[in-house]
Amino acid sequence: MPILFVMVIENNRRLLIYMSFAVSALASLINALAGILTVASGKTEQVILPFGLPALPFHLRLDQLSGFFLFVVGLLSFFVSIYSIGYVNRLAAGKPIKRLIVFYNIFIAAMFMVCLADDALFFLVAWEVMAAASYFLVMFEDGRSENRRAAYIYMVMAHIGAVLILLSFGVMAGFTTGFEGYTFDAMREARFPLKWATVAFLLSFFGFAAKAGVIPFHVWLPEAHPVAPSNVSALMSGVMLKTAIYGIIRITFDIIKVFPWWWGTMVLVLGLVSAVMGVLYALMQHDLKKLLAYHSVENIGIILIGIGLSMIFTSFNLPTMAALALIAGLYHTMNHAMFKGLLFMGAGAVINATHERNMDEMGGLIHHMPWTSAFFLVGCISISALPPFNGFVSEWLTFQAFLLSPSLPIPLMKLLIPLGAALLALTGALAAACFVKVFGVIFLGNWRGHNHPVVTEAGWSMRVGMMLTALTCLCLGILPTIIIGWMDVLSERLIQAQLITTSGVYGWMWLTPVDPERASYSGPLVLIGIVTVCAITYLLLHVKPGKISRVAVWDCGFQRLTPKMQYNSVSFSMPFRRIFGFLFDIKEQIWLSPQQGHPAFPVKSNYYLRVRDRFWGWMYKPVIDYVVLFSRKAGMLQHGRIHVYLIYSFVTISVLLALL
Amino acid sequence: MKPLRYILIEILQVFIVIAVAPAFSGWVDMLKCWSQGRTSAGVLQPYRDIAKLFVKNVVLAHNASWIFRFTPYLVFGTCVVVGSVIPIISMNLFLASSADIIVLIAVFATARFFTALAGMDIGTAFGGMGSSREMMIASLTEPAILMAIFTVSLAGRSTSLLHIVHAFASGALGLRPSIVFASTAFILVVIAEAGRIPVDNPSTHLELTMIHEAMILEYSGRHLALIQWGSMIRFFLFVTLGIACFLPWGIAATDNAGEVAISVFLMVIKLGVIGVVLVLIETGLAKMRLFRLTEFLGAAFLMATLGVISSIILE
Repeated sequence: MPILFVMVIENNRRLLIYMSFAVSALASLINALAGILTVASGKTEQVILPFGLPALPFHLRLDQLSGFFLFVVGLLSFFVSIYSIGYVNRLAAGKPIKRLIVFYNIFIAAMFMVCLADDALFFLVAWEVMAAASYFLVMFEDGRSENRRAAYIYMVMAHIGAVLILLSFGVMAGFTTGFEGYTFDAMREARFPLKWATVAFLLSFFGFAAKAGVIPFHVWLPEAHPVAPSNVSALMSGVMLKTAIYGIIRITFDIIKVFPWWWGTMVLVLGLVSAVMGVLYALMQHDLKKLLAYHSVENIGIILIGIGLSMIFTSFNLPTMAALALIAGLYHTMNHAMFKGLLFMGAGAVINATHERNMDEMGGLIHHMPWTSAFFLVGCISISALPPFNGFVSEWLTFQAFLLSPSLPIPLMKLLIPLGAALLALTGALAAACFVKVFGVIFLGNWRGHNHPVVTEAGWSMRVGMMLTALTCLCLGILPTIIIGWMDVLSERLIQAQLITTSGVYGWMWLTPVDPERASYSGPLVLIGIVTVCAITYLLLHVKPGKISRVAVWDCGFQRLTPKMQYNSVSFSMPFRRIFGFLFDIKEQIWLSPQQGHPAFPVKSNYYLRVRDRFWGWMYKPVIDYVVLFSRKAGMLQHGRIHVYLIYSFVTISVLLALL
Repeated sequence: MKPLRYILIEILQVFIVIAVAPAFSGWVDMLKCWSQGRTSAGVLQPYRDIAKLFVKNVVLAHNASWIFRFTPYLVFGTCVVVGSVIPIISMNLFLASSADIIVLIAVFATARFFTALAGMDIGTAFGGMGSSREMMIASLTEPAILMAIFTVSLAGRSTSLLHIVHAFASGALGLRPSIVFASTAFILVVIAEAGRIPVDNPSTHLELTMIHEAMILEYSGRHLALIQWGSMIRFFLFVTLGIACFLPWGIAATDNAGEVAISVFLMVIKLGVIGVVLVLIETGLAKMRLFRLTEFLGAAFLMATLGVISSIILE
């Protein structure tokens, strides 16, 4: 059961931080355990709370889908809460941390509530509480105007999404019978005509998409994540986006159940677009947290690819394949929560230590922050979908799902869906490039910045939080069979099909979805193999080790090598800008500053680069312009003179009387 | 004892992979010398190079981190692991089912990820340049190689190399249009992945053109030896991967010693012929400018996609 602890009375800042985050860690852990047990036991529990509006009590239900998301939310909140003890302590002193703590706890509790809600009313209440709490968290450092702007954009997008979801529930409730038509139970029983089911699905999908940051609704992510405190960004990106995925799965697979194939195709296409565009935009960033925010767009895209494929397979009544694709999507949901949480926590540690967000002002941190850099590296490998870590497992499962697409009955889809796999491969490779850049620019090389802060390693609680997350990434990567065996009940409940995950003796070592003949992957063996060979080689070469001499870098005789000459994030992504530049709004200028007016003797050369999201100019700017124009026109009605307002009321009443 | 023989064959194969790979590189280099009218240093030259590097001392920059020192071992380790999975001399490999083709490609990608990081570790301009270019090329080859694999695995109904080879050996697959397209794409991709002309030139250290060499410019001694050896094994493995996917005839289906000997013999012949083909491609082309590579790799992707489409339409 969700627990809300708010401890704001205490005056001792340190004690307050320790107590409150320890309690939220404990509460999250209890929730995660409840989630594990629910999924493992296969039982469903329902509770009706006597709160809410008169005669409209709140319904709670803990089924396997809720349990799974409860586990994901709970586990990451547990790790992040441990991390927060040290992080909030190191956050600039003198800030009103009570507000942070209160809204942090409300935020986590609201996410649990969203997963547990079983009626439209309570779901929306929890959803709005979640949005409001995260709004205040984004606004935490409200002294700067960019933060206020980010929070405002976030709030607007969250509300557009909420309105769409509300409308969708309204449509669905219209087809239920009985007094309790607003409960999900009643909606599950209802039969929707295709036309209205489509309306409900589209409304809710786009509503949730606005929250999840699916392109083109992603604009708030790169604004809001960078300005929030990093523990909050870890939660927002790691698990809050997942509640939207939960909503999509709940509505399509659990409530509507029967749908035509083009819904799935739409989800698949949007997922592919988000994945590719998300990673390309990420590659262009040099603000660390903005880059990670764009990667959330990418990963939400990958999750939607799995869900979209699953919907397509379900609509053609191919349950085993649908189960594979769904499990791929859900597995990536869990993976993304872990590695993105880890990366944001690492980013928080780095930003805390350097007071910089611009990667081009960093470098060489691996020597000052060995632990943080090792954990961050785990996150980088995981998100780049490289074995033996977890991101690879879910991408591999998604590829296997793609490979099954030729059994679809429509020829055009058979042809086009494999191209989706190519786009997914492109996404994976670009993500790897992006994280070579991130890790290389931040942690390797020499310090590039103008300021020289004293960089120290993160505190113990931050390290513990990151270490646990990193270990989870590794476990999810090498023991997928056990975890998928645990998750399988989800696909059984939602699409009545299970995966064959194991085969033969020592089956837990080999992941063999569908059929062992078709494909198999053994995470433990690959890991053990690589480690063994590395160890043997190392030992053989160190029987009689040659001397290692440390010298200065060879500078080709130039003698004035400066840190400025290193590759930075802008130069690293230059080849990509050149190849994929047509997708961006790029303004690049190089000019020479002449000395005393004569261009023949330049003092220095200047470089200016601005890369912008095209969607802002295409979609959002015109809308905003019109809204502003309209409100200005409407504002002309206001004069501030009382007799004018009296005339307005008089006219309104006369018109109403005349009409009625 | 079946498992014991499987393990023996596995050990034999790993030994062959590690030992023969430099000879294959030497063979390709020798052919290249001959085709350009130069005198070659012989097939054994790579062994001499590696041996020389192993006895030399290591020189490290002051700010080299553990990533820089760990990468050579990882590169070598991943190559050996991949070499233990591809059916080269026999289908009865102990580890064959532990990874399918997608995993193998991803394991190579892990090695590349670390090599690129090592390139950025010292903080020189060359290292970063190499890393950036290498990752750019990788992002273009990966979709192409995946589509080529897709074509084969659509035909073989599996992504496991073992089953693909089985399907070929049992005659279920033959010369089909899709396989022709896919193998053409695969050749182009192998050229890119192995860093050969026209994509990269392994024998140059010219600042503006080098890619792979730029990343490993700061390595020396045993580290460099491991990286060089690793990239020879990688080249060898990409070729044998191609053999397993497109020319698998003759790979022993049983663990009979005689059959294994025949398949080793056939492997040597296939490698020899493929070496000739690669050298002909290499000497016939000039190194491309970096940004013309999109066309080259785009062509590979197009071929592979045609392979997928034709396998669905025609077969």
